[in-house]
Amino acid sequence: MRHLLAPLIALLLVCTAALAQPARAQEFERLVNALPEGNYADRGETVAAIAATGDERAVTVLTALLDGDLEQMNADGRIVILSKQGRDTIATDALTGEEIGEVGRRDTERIRVNNGLRRDIRAAIGVLSLTNPDPGRRLAAAEAGFRAPDAEQIPALEQALSTEEDGGVRLAMEQALAAAILQSDRPTEQKLGAIEVLADRGDRDAQSILSRYAADPELGEAAQAAIDEIARIQRLWGFGQDVWYGLSLGSVLLLAAIGLAITFGVMGVINMAHGELVMLGAYTTFVVQEVIRTHLPGLFDWSLLIAAPLAFLVAGAVGVAIERGIVRFLYGRPLETLLATWGVSLILQQAVRTIFGPNNREVGNPDFMSGAFQVGAMTVTWNRMWIIVFALVVFAALMALLNRTPMGLQMRAVTQNRAMAANMGIRTARVDAMTFGLGAGVAGLAGVALSQIDNVSPNLGQSYIVDSFMVVVFGGAGNLWGALAGAFSLGVVNKFLEPYTGAVLGKIIVLVAIILFIQKRPRGLFALRGRSVEG
Amino acid sequence: MLRRLIDFRMGIFLAVLFVFVVLVPAGNLAVEGRIVPSYIVALLGKYLCYALLAVALDLCWGFCGILSLGHGAFFALGGYAMGMHLMREIGPRGVYGNPVLPDFMVFLNWQELPWFWLGFDQFWFACLMVLAVPGALAFVFGWFAFRSRVTGVYLSIITQAMTYALMLAFFRNEMGFGGNNGLTDFKDVLGFDLSADSTRAGLFVLSAVALAGGLLLGKWITTSKLGKVLVAVRDAESRTRFIGYRVEGYKLFVFVVSAMMAGVAGALYAPQVGIINPGEFSPANSIEIVIWVALGGRGTLVGAAIGAIIVAAAKTLLTGWLPEAWLYVLGALFIIVTIFLPQGVLGAIEGGMGRARRRTPPKEAEA
Repeated sequence: MRHLLAPLIALLLVCTAALAQPARAQEFERLVNALPEGNYADRGETVAAIAATGDERAVTVLTALLDGDLEQMNADGRIVILSKQGRDTIATDALTGEEIGEVGRRDTERIRVNNGLRRDIRAAIGVLSLTNPDPGRRLAAAEAGFRAPDAEQIPALEQALSTEEDGGVRLAMEQALAAAILQSDRPTEQKLGAIEVLADRGDRDAQSILSRYAADPELGEAAQAAIDEIARIQRLWGFGQDVWYGLSLGSVLLLAAIGLAITFGVMGVINMAHGELVMLGAYTTFVVQEVIRTHLPGLFDWSLLIAAPLAFLVAGAVGVAIERGIVRFLYGRPLETLLATWGVSLILQQAVRTIFGPNNREVGNPDFMSGAFQVGAMTVTWNRMWIIVFALVVFAALMALLNRTPMGLQMRAVTQNRAMAANMGIRTARVDAMTFGLGAGVAGLAGVALSQIDNVSPNLGQSYIVDSFMVVVFGGAGNLWGALAGAFSLGVVNKFLEPYTGAVLGKIIVLVAIILFIQKRPRGLFALRGRSVEG
Repeated sequence: MLRRLIDFRMGIFLAVLFVFVVLVPAGNLAVEGRIVPSYIVALLGKYLCYALLAVALDLCWGFCGILSLGHGAFFALGGYAMGMHLMREIGPRGVYGNPVLPDFMVFLNWQELPWFWLGFDQFWFACLMVLAVPGALAFVFGWFAFRSRVTGVYLSIITQAMTYALMLAFFRNEMGFGGNNGLTDFKDVLGFDLSADSTRAGLFVLSAVALAGGLLLGKWITTSKLGKVLVAVRDAESRTRFIGYRVEGYKLFVFVVSAMMAGVAGALYAPQVGIINPGEFSPANSIEIVIWVALGGRGTLVGAAIGAIIVAAAKTLLTGWLPEAWLYVLGALFIIVTIFLPQGVLGAIEGGMGRARRRTPPKEAEA
């Protein structure tokens, strides 16, 4: 298939260009027609001459020659490219791209190549690709040259470099040139320079090329130094990747814990149903996507943006209901609150199980959440990337809300001194409900994000509850910065332990470490000082 | 002495328990036609283990204000200690017929018994471990926690983290405790066939004796001078400390005793249920224990036992009739008990029976 389509398209493009440069085109056609003549050595010269014309049909013709698809018609001596279509062999004019039609075995004569010639052809194709007008093709050619370095490519690479303007392609060409120089018999100084270029590239390919020269009497020392340097860079990237995974886990923990930091930290209320509020957010996302799928499929990419405020409202409303219905009767009795909200969590779990069934529900990723991109040697997936951004945005919004709005002012006032706040005319009961609702709503937002990376099932909340409590306890209650620091440090530590201990043991170690940490600092990393703590 | 231990409630409860101890095995074994089916005996035995577990938690929560959300861990550790002995008792009768290694180790291609399994072929050693392992864990955990004055919800949360960490650990095959499947396929204990009715009846009686012993021990501790200090710690920890008591020592003592009691409950539970697995460590299980105590009435001991039996029986019945409804009921129970029955069923009944014996409701330590 490739042999069929690529030449056709290339030839079509070429035809227009050929008109502009009739002299060169004629020269090219003459050379192609001369290909069947002479012995292999003559043919090699012809190939080099074809490459030298720079004609844009050249790559196609040479590729066909390399693959043994370039043949001469016995009838009229035209040069054709053969390609298989099912059982039939179709001939295409190599110069005009005109399809001649089906040919039999005896209608054409193959233009033979041997191994020496093949090498010449490959080099010629490489040179031609290096001057291709498409930067992508040039880059690919340079990369191919890098992977199979050959001293014979040096002149072509040098020539291409002299005219290359694209920075990325230039770099790739320089690296290919360096690899080729190492293979050649150029002076040692040049080779040492080449080693530096490869060291700067710093990936495993460069490492494997350099390792061939590690035993070389002249270059060995420099090559070994460069290999060590590359290993160091690679370790650095591995470190970066671990940090990235850690931040990604940390952002998930932050999202799960931040609502808890408000209810537990600011209000001193233990909300064991927090995980279930996260689950409600995830199920809201599921419902929104279902509605969009059936009614407005075009909006699917927007589903998360639509789901986020809805999840906030749904979870927030349930949160206000929990506060009004249960928690407010239990202020000052934190252990009873813990038990009652655990009861709420059981009921919510079972309710979701009754309505949506016990199995995982499918929540799709919109386009902008799919795929990944490369940063150096690191792979970054878009969904993790966006969840980190989302977590930070939610965090910033909450900080702004608590510190910059009248509602936040009232919340902080009630936290610090309830009686005084009431005296100043703040309706403390209403503020309590709003605060609890806010924490619950943020849990709903977390659910939207978690629906993208986790299974949406009635047990979703259970799997985060212990972790998120750990974050709040570790970071210190009553402080959103504590939650931020706690979440990210736990995430990063967890991911750094994983390669040595495995995921489960790593988690156990982190839990034990937190339990020990609490002994040292019973109020967490960022403890509130002063009387409000004892309240 | 005896009068101090056996008050009105305790007397009635022990009497009822005694009636059951006589009637249930008799109905199962002696009477023609089996009035009491064998599975009921095992089921009731299981409830009694839960009741003992609830008494253990009541001892440290009801009387000392230590709300442990990790008592399931002590229970499970006791169960595992007994389970390890029962595994060794299987001997060459396992599926793979290895005389030393339990089946799951043969399955994992282990060549020899890990060091921590040594000694469990002796019954007395296993019994020692049933007390020592939960006790040691509680001692170490409590030593650190109480000394640095981790109290209230913080303590509850880290006990939950403890049982969660243990659950994750026991799920790992590499730990050498059977991983996901736990320990099961027990054959016999001390030569008695575990599937025989007489053995089951014996275990039932043993569980009842353990429950009675746990209740009396709890009563003895709480009515002693030490018990008064415990209650003082519950109601006003700082004040007790200022008076000059070493609060952390008292808390540590009651926490360790409670953990050992939970371990015994677990050890009796494993042979009657026939399996012990990491699910017993799950935080949800441990919180369920708390609701048994809260429903029965904290700080009453007998109430905790009654609460455990009521909830466990309700669970058995409801999961049989209406599996969907059980979590609704359990959830509602948590909410209703905490809001409307802060003193539990027993407290409500006694409050209704007469105001004469008025007692002040137990207050939170950190109110």
